[in-house]
Amino acid sequence: MTTTTSRAASPVPAAPTGTGSRVTRILGIASLVGVAVLVLYGLRISKEDAQLGETIRILYMHVPTVSAAYLAFVITAIGSVVYLWKRSEFWDLLAASSAEIGVLFFALTILNGMLWGKITWGVFWRWEPRLTTTAVLFLTYLGYLAARAIPTSTRTRGTISAVIGIMAVVNIPIVHKAVDWWRGLHQEKTIFGTVDPDMQGTQLFTAYLGLTVFMLIFAWLLIHRFRVAWLAERANDVGLDAALAERRAEGTPNVSANETADVSASETADVSGNESADVSGHESADKSAGAGLEGAR
Amino acid sequence: MIRDVALVAGKDLRLEMRSRVGIGQVVPFALLVLLLFAFALDPERGVLDRVTSGLFWMVVLFCSVLFIQRSFGVEAEDGIIDALRLTGLSAPSIYIGKVAALVVELLALEVVLAVGVAIFYGTTFGGFPLLLTAAVAATLGIAGSGSVYGALSARLRTRDTLLPLLLLPLLAPVLIAATRAFEVGMGREAGQGWSWVALLGIFALIYLSLGALLFRPLMEDA
Amino acid sequence: MESVVHLRSAVAVLGRFPALAGVDLDVDPGEILLLRGPNGAGKTTMLRLCAGLTPLSSGEAVVLGVDLARQAHAVRRRVGLLGHATYLYDDLTVTENLDFWARASGATTADGRAALDRLGVAHRLWSLPVHALSAGQRRRVSFAAMVARRPELWLLDEPHAGLDAAGRDIIDGLMREASSVGATVLFASHELDRAGDVATRAVEIVGGTITSPAPPADAPLAAAVTP
Repeated sequence: MTTTTSRAASPVPAAPTGTGSRVTRILGIASLVGVAVLVLYGLRISKEDAQLGETIRILYMHVPTVSAAYLAFVITAIGSVVYLWKRSEFWDLLAASSAEIGVLFFALTILNGMLWGKITWGVFWRWEPRLTTTAVLFLTYLGYLAARAIPTSTRTRGTISAVIGIMAVVNIPIVHKAVDWWRGLHQEKTIFGTVDPDMQGTQLFTAYLGLTVFMLIFAWLLIHRFRVAWLAERANDVGLDAALAERRAEGTPNVSANETADVSASETADVSGNESADVSGHESADKSAGAGLEGAR
Repeated sequence: MIRDVALVAGKDLRLEMRSRVGIGQVVPFALLVLLLFAFALDPERGVLDRVTSGLFWMVVLFCSVLFIQRSFGVEAEDGIIDALRLTGLSAPSIYIGKVAALVVELLALEVVLAVGVAIFYGTTFGGFPLLLTAAVAATLGIAGSGSVYGALSARLRTRDTLLPLLLLPLLAPVLIAATRAFEVGMGREAGQGWSWVALLGIFALIYLSLGALLFRPLMEDA
Repeated sequence: MESVVHLRSAVAVLGRFPALAGVDLDVDPGEILLLRGPNGAGKTTMLRLCAGLTPLSSGEAVVLGVDLARQAHAVRRRVGLLGHATYLYDDLTVTENLDFWARASGATTADGRAALDRLGVAHRLWSLPVHALSAGQRRRVSFAAMVARRPELWLLDEPHAGLDAAGRDIIDGLMREASSVGATVLFASHELDRAGDVATRAVEIVGGTITSPAPPADAPLAAAVTP
C-alpha cells in the first residue's frame, strides 16, 4: 500500500474506477451474511436475560460498536505516532480514516445506549459512567475531524492531526477513571460492561458473534475509506505536475497555443520529501493554451 | 536549558505586564461570569454556595482558553515563529517557558477568583493543603495540555473556535477531579480528596511530557 | 574554496505550489549576491530555503556545509533572515526585544545594544514599545536584531525597503562589512540602481528557476562568474 508508482513517461496510468477489490468483496459478503445471522440470533434465537429482559438484545450491538470505536482510535493513535516518525502519507491517511469510522461507531454507541436508557430508565440520558465517557470521547474526536477539515497544506494537516490523535488517545484511560470515580458512587443499573461472564449458551455465542460481525464491518469500512482518501491525494498530485510545468513556463517568452505540456518528470515529491523527484532543469515546458500565462502573480 | 526556559517565561510575563491583557481583560471577564451565574441561577446564598467549586473551575477553564489564545496568538504574528526557529532555543525549552508563564497567570487568576467567590457567593474555604495542591496540579495540567493545542491552532485561520473545541473535552477529567477535590477539601463531600489530586498530578505529568515531545513537530509544521 | 551556498536542481514545494522549480546556484564566501526577478518568482522561498526554514522537496542544497535535505535545522542559528515581517514583539520595548532576541540566539545584551547603535536607532527610542515606532525605525530595529547574532550568512528580502536614505547607507555599509569579514550576503531587491552598487554579483530568478547569472545590464558590476 505504501508504494507510489513513479511515472516515467507523461501519460497518466489508468485511474482505478472504484475502491473495491477482492478483499473488500469478501469482507462485504461476510459482513452481510454475518449481520443476517446476528439478527437471527440476536432477535430470535437467543433468550431474554434473567435480569435485563429483552433489553439485553441491544448489548449484542452496543458492545461491538463501542469496541470497534476504541479499536479505531487505537489505530488512529498508532498511525499518528508512526506518521510523526516516518512522515509517510499512508500512516496519516490511515489515522484519519480510522478516526472517522471511530466517530461513526461512537455515535452508534451513544444512540443505542440512549435507546436502551429510554426503555430501562424511561429517559434518554443519565449521567452514568459509560455514557458520559463515551460522550466526552465522542466530542474529543469530533475535534480531531474538525481540525482535519481546515484547509492547510498536507504536511501541516498531517502534523496537527497526529498531535491531536496522540493527545486524545492518552486521555481515554484518564477520562474513564475520572468518570468512573465520579459517578461510581451512584450505583446504576447498567448493561454497559463488557461481555458478562455469567452469560451462557446462546447469549454468549450471540455476543461474540456480534463482536465478530462488527469487526468485519469495521474492516470493510476502513479499507474503503482509506482508499478514497488515497485516491483524493493522488488526484491532487496530478495537479502538481501541471503546476510544475506551468511554473517553469513563466520564464518562457513564447507560448504557442496548441502544444501540450511535455513534462518528462517522475512524480514530484510532496513537501515531506519522502519521494524523490527527478525534475530536469532543462525542461522546455510549452504550455497548452488553457492555462493563462501571467509573468507576474 | 533552565536559562532558556527562564528567558522565554520572562519574556511572556513581561509581555503580559506590558499589555495587561490578563489584568485588564481576562480577570474582569472572570468576575463578570461570576456575576452572570448569579443572575442565571439563584442568588439566594444557598444555591450559589453549593455550586461554587464547579463554577470556579469552569471559569478557570474558560479563562485558560483566553490566556492560551493570547500567549500563542502573539507568537503567530510578525514572523516571530520564524525568528524563534532561527534562534538556538530548543522546542522543549520554549514549551516549558510558555507553560511556566501560563501557570503563573492562571494561579494569579485563581487567587482573584477565590476572593471573588468568597465575597459574592459567601463561600468559606477550608482544607487549604488539599485545595492548594489540587489547584496547582490542575493548573499544571491545563497549561501543559493547553500549550500544545495553543501552538497547534495559533496559525490556523479558525484558531479561536478550534482551541476550545479541542481543549475543553480533553480537560473534562481535570474539571471533574478539581471540583471533587475542592468539595472534599471544603468538607462538603466525603471521599478521597487526595485520590483526585493524584489523578490531577498524573494528568499534568503525562501532558507535560507529551507536550515537550510534541512541541518540535508543531513548531516546524503548524 | 567551498561554496557557502550550493544548490543543484533544488525544488521547494509549498503546499501544492512549486515555488522553486529546480535551482542551480553556487555562492562563494564573502560574496554579496543580488537576487532579481519579478514578483512571485521564488526569491523569498529561496532565501527561506537557505535559512533552513522551508523544506527542500528534492535536489541538492548544502548551505554552510550543512545538507539541508537531512539537517536543515542545524543551519538556522548560523544564518540571519530578514523578510518583510518585523520579527519583534510589538508590546515590548526596543531594548526588551533586542535583549530577548540576542540572548535567545546566544549573543549578549551588549551585542544587542551595539547593534542598535550601529543601525542608528536613537537612544530616546530605546524604551518605547515597538508599536510606537515608525515603520522605518522598526525596520532598523529588526535589522539590529539580526546583526546582533553575527550570522555567517545574511539572507535579506528587500533590505532597503522602507528605509530613508541614511538608513540605506547604513545597510550598504553593513553588507560590505559583513562581506569583508567573510560572511556572505544574499539579498533580493527591486531597487536595481542601489543594489547594483553594493552587490558583487547578480542572478535572475523567474518561474522558480535561475534564468541568468549575468549581471544586470545597467549596474556596474565586476564580471559575472558563472557558477
